[in-house]
Amino acid sequence: MQRTKHSNKVGILRVFLAMFWCAAAAAEPAPLSPTNIFAPASTPAQSIFELSRFVLLVSAAIFVTVFSLLAFAVVRFRKKRSSDGREPAQVYGSTQLELAWTVIPVLIVVVLFLTAARVIANIQNAVHPSNAIDVTVVGHQFWWEYRYPSLKVITANELHIPVSDPAHPTPTFLTLLSADTDHSFWVPRLAGKTDLIPNHPNTMWLDPHETGLFLGQCAQYCGTQHAKMLLRVYVDSREDFDRWIQAQSQPAHVADTVSEGQRLFESTACVNCHRIAGTPAHGTYGPDLTHLMSRQTIASGAIENTPGNLIAWIYNPDLLKPGCTMPSMGLSTEQASAVAGYLETLR
Amino acid sequence: MSALSTTIPHSETSWKLPARGPVAMYCLIAAEAAIFTIFVVAYIFYIGKSLSGPQPKDVLRVPIFFTVCLLSSSLTIHFAVNLLRSGKVRSFALWWFFTFALGAIFLAGTANEWRHLIYDEGLTIQTNLFGTTYYSLVGLHAFHVTVGLLAFAAVIIFTFLGTLGEQHAERVEVLSMYWHFVDVVWVVVFIVVYIIGR
Amino acid sequence: MSTESIAWPRPQAQPVPLVAQLHQWVTTVDHKRLGILYIAYALLFLAIGGLEAIIMRIQLIRPHNDFVSPQVFNRMFTMHGTTMIFFVAMPVMFGFANYLIPLMIGARDMAFPRLNAFSFWMTAFGGLFLYFSFLGGDGLFGDGSAPDVGWFAYAPLTSKTFSRGHSTDFWILSLLVSGFGSIGTSINIIATVLCMRCRGMTLGKMPLFAWLNITMAGLVILAVSPLTAAQLMLLVDRYLGGHFFDTQAGGSAVMWMHFFWVFGHPEVYVLVIPTFAFASEIIPVFSRKAIFGYPIMVAATVCIGFISMSVWAHHMFTVGMSSAANTFFVLSTMAISVPTGIKIFNWLATIWGGEIHFKTPMLFCIAFLFQFLIAGLTGVMLSAAPFNWQLSGSYFVVAHFHYVIVGAILFTLFGAFYYWFPKMSGRMYSEPLGKLHFWLFLIGFHLTFDFMHIPGILGMPRRIYTYEPGRGWDTWNLIVTIGTFFQAAGVLVFLGNLVWSYFRGKVAGSDPWDAWTLEWSTTSPPPEYNFATLPEVASRCPLWDLKHPEDPDWQYE
Repeated sequence: MQRTKHSNKVGILRVFLAMFWCAAAAAEPAPLSPTNIFAPASTPAQSIFELSRFVLLVSAAIFVTVFSLLAFAVVRFRKKRSSDGREPAQVYGSTQLELAWTVIPVLIVVVLFLTAARVIANIQNAVHPSNAIDVTVVGHQFWWEYRYPSLKVITANELHIPVSDPAHPTPTFLTLLSADTDHSFWVPRLAGKTDLIPNHPNTMWLDPHETGLFLGQCAQYCGTQHAKMLLRVYVDSREDFDRWIQAQSQPAHVADTVSEGQRLFESTACVNCHRIAGTPAHGTYGPDLTHLMSRQTIASGAIENTPGNLIAWIYNPDLLKPGCTMPSMGLSTEQASAVAGYLETLR
Repeated sequence: MSALSTTIPHSETSWKLPARGPVAMYCLIAAEAAIFTIFVVAYIFYIGKSLSGPQPKDVLRVPIFFTVCLLSSSLTIHFAVNLLRSGKVRSFALWWFFTFALGAIFLAGTANEWRHLIYDEGLTIQTNLFGTTYYSLVGLHAFHVTVGLLAFAAVIIFTFLGTLGEQHAERVEVLSMYWHFVDVVWVVVFIVVYIIGR
Repeated sequence: MSTESIAWPRPQAQPVPLVAQLHQWVTTVDHKRLGILYIAYALLFLAIGGLEAIIMRIQLIRPHNDFVSPQVFNRMFTMHGTTMIFFVAMPVMFGFANYLIPLMIGARDMAFPRLNAFSFWMTAFGGLFLYFSFLGGDGLFGDGSAPDVGWFAYAPLTSKTFSRGHSTDFWILSLLVSGFGSIGTSINIIATVLCMRCRGMTLGKMPLFAWLNITMAGLVILAVSPLTAAQLMLLVDRYLGGHFFDTQAGGSAVMWMHFFWVFGHPEVYVLVIPTFAFASEIIPVFSRKAIFGYPIMVAATVCIGFISMSVWAHHMFTVGMSSAANTFFVLSTMAISVPTGIKIFNWLATIWGGEIHFKTPMLFCIAFLFQFLIAGLTGVMLSAAPFNWQLSGSYFVVAHFHYVIVGAILFTLFGAFYYWFPKMSGRMYSEPLGKLHFWLFLIGFHLTFDFMHIPGILGMPRRIYTYEPGRGWDTWNLIVTIGTFFQAAGVLVFLGNLVWSYFRGKVAGSDPWDAWTLEWSTTSPPPEYNFATLPEVASRCPLWDLKHPEDPDWQYE
């Protein structure tokens, strides 16, 4: 019995060591995961990471102390073979002990509370500098709409923001809205999550320190395809970002003749949902497709943006993302190919 | 220590515990109070937030008379219970009937107010936030009044059949606690809907 | 050493025909039978809820799995949560409370036996009604079947617009009905404990089990009612065209969250406080020491009850409340860890200096202590709002609350089953099978729920029917799923043990554990009237006083 109790203790200890190793390993160059909350790449995520290290430290200290006491008690006071059947001394209480293990936890709570309160203030009450990029994010079932009001860009599903130099920060402030149910914007390496709730606008900010692609996904159950409402945030250098904005604010690429695909697109109900700037398509229910080919994915990050996938998606979205809100328009495969061909001109 | 073996000293003091009827009724009142609190919170939160449609100050008429009726019924029920406790069943029946009548007048007043709001002012539960919260809160209260009146009717029937007597005073008092609660809720609803919310 | 019972010997009854037996069970108002009905009902739904969990875990064993469709998966997590909370955890707690409270306080039955029966059947109907949704939930647009809105059913996903069939209505109505049952039982518990204690049992002398259960009952009364109110509002929205949560008309989705969590947080204390009650009865008996700090344990529990009504918005840190509101809820949530920690220390002090008997009930309670410590600490992590902004809505939270519900509550519940099984059935369970159950379940629990924290830290949200490869979540999900099979095996061993021991177990006698509270002073199982003569007590350990008249407890307390 003593041996198995011991291995029980050690087993639990090993688990916790593994967890801390994971956390520690996250700080190393080869990341465990592109969405590791312990690998911050932006100021709010960094503040949270520092707070979390402190909270973990305090928790670990409490854990080790109490765990050891419990483990010791369980081993030391077990019924021995030599027990004579008499009851041990009955102790009904001790005021000093009760005071001690009330006062010490209260002090720990005060310290943890003050630390957390400071970080809350730093993140929630951050100043909005004049050179910040403003993006309005509208959550839909099951895709993301991005509008840059002052830069006059509307796009979907792949967000581009400029990198921020800690010496001269250029953060991005997001205004979070929803067109239908509750969603949540969570890109772990850039910031904590904030919800998108209809009739309840929220704000959050990102301040990324490195360029690259940052992944995330919707973190509030919003319906059938909640799992595939993925997030892709491209942190670009300032030049790349400006170039991207330039390209996105152009109207759609116009071909010399109206292709069969374009004709189909504009005569079928596609235009009811989708917008292609500079064409008769003005729909706002679905993603803006003006520069669809500038995106690496479709279906909110769920599918790679390849010609084959595009055809399959247009043919029957429900096969690729069952329960999504884009209907199959009953096109034949040839018609779907034609429409896909047209969309592929929208660079 | 005595040589006698009774280890549990027999306490000479009396062993009096609360009666279970009132305790249960207090618990029920606590639960109902929690339900009403949520409806009141919703009402208060939505004051002034209706996007369109009739607003409270445009359509609500303060029901002073019916409020007086309902609150007086608390007085009459108090008298009734005391009379039953002292065995005066006939007088009890009279005051009990007054209580029932006052409650019924209140309900009729509510019904009339709703008729006016729906047909004359066009305010229904669907119209706007005010309509939704108003009908829900006042309706929930009216539902509780109705349940109370049904219970009162049962008491009246038993009194007429002769099966209700002085020995039931405690149970009737528990019922009267429910009624007092319903009246207190109306005081809160009145203040929130007709004074603060207008 | 067990004492002989002092009840009258039962005459050999005529064998009762099956129909008459069933009729007795259906019409019973006896608290012991109702208690067993509640417990059996809960065990049935535990198996069903467990099956739902296994289905989900198989779907998540690897990325892009297609074991079930997204629609089915979303129903699974909704039904699993709703079932486990409302039709397993609450009924089983009510069942034990019903069975044990009158026995422990020296009464013949609960204060309101017919209300007791009514409450049980309301709860039972609620559960069956919820499951009928699989058959009857189809609505106009084919959106039907079981509810798929999550167990907390956030607005506006539950509006007619986004939840078109009747599935959500099944969620609302079944919980409304069983909520009335819960309130009825709670009223009964409070009235029983306050009004029906035997002579000499002042509030300061009654078992901690009674104290903790009236705290639980008080919380149910104050917490389930807001849920009832919110559900009535949702019905008004769905059927009368109301706008309580209709964001298009200016309504507030956040208000639903507030109302739900005003229920939802005290609800978890409703589940954990009876757990503390079990631990406070079992740990002293198997450490052979009286509970350490009885008055402080009472005070801490009542404190927890009060504070628990003020922490609810820690489930809403990401919703966009002001920094002032967030800060307040950080404080209140961290504050509740103080009385909770005090209880852990008191249990530790009870064991300290004692003589621990490692019987199955005690094994489960020891595991409870370790696991509740860890669960509490991950709770402290979640209470730091900025950290919560990363962890909420992720598998870290799922791991945390399962650590409490399975690691603390279910483990202690297993302990309670083994501890009181002899009393309820008259037979001892098989100790080797009990230990096998313990080790299987312990291994499975840790495989699943220790490792489940990691995907959360690595960014995996909850309620997703599948996930992307390349996020680093694959291996951990595999381990988590493997653990569920060990747990299932443990539960099967447990059920087998119960059934086998009921028929073949050694006769238990009235006091197999040499315990100290009144339920062990009567036969196993107790006669319908509980006690031949109502007892009179002078201390917190009345049975000790009866067994050891030369050294009664009332001389020391």
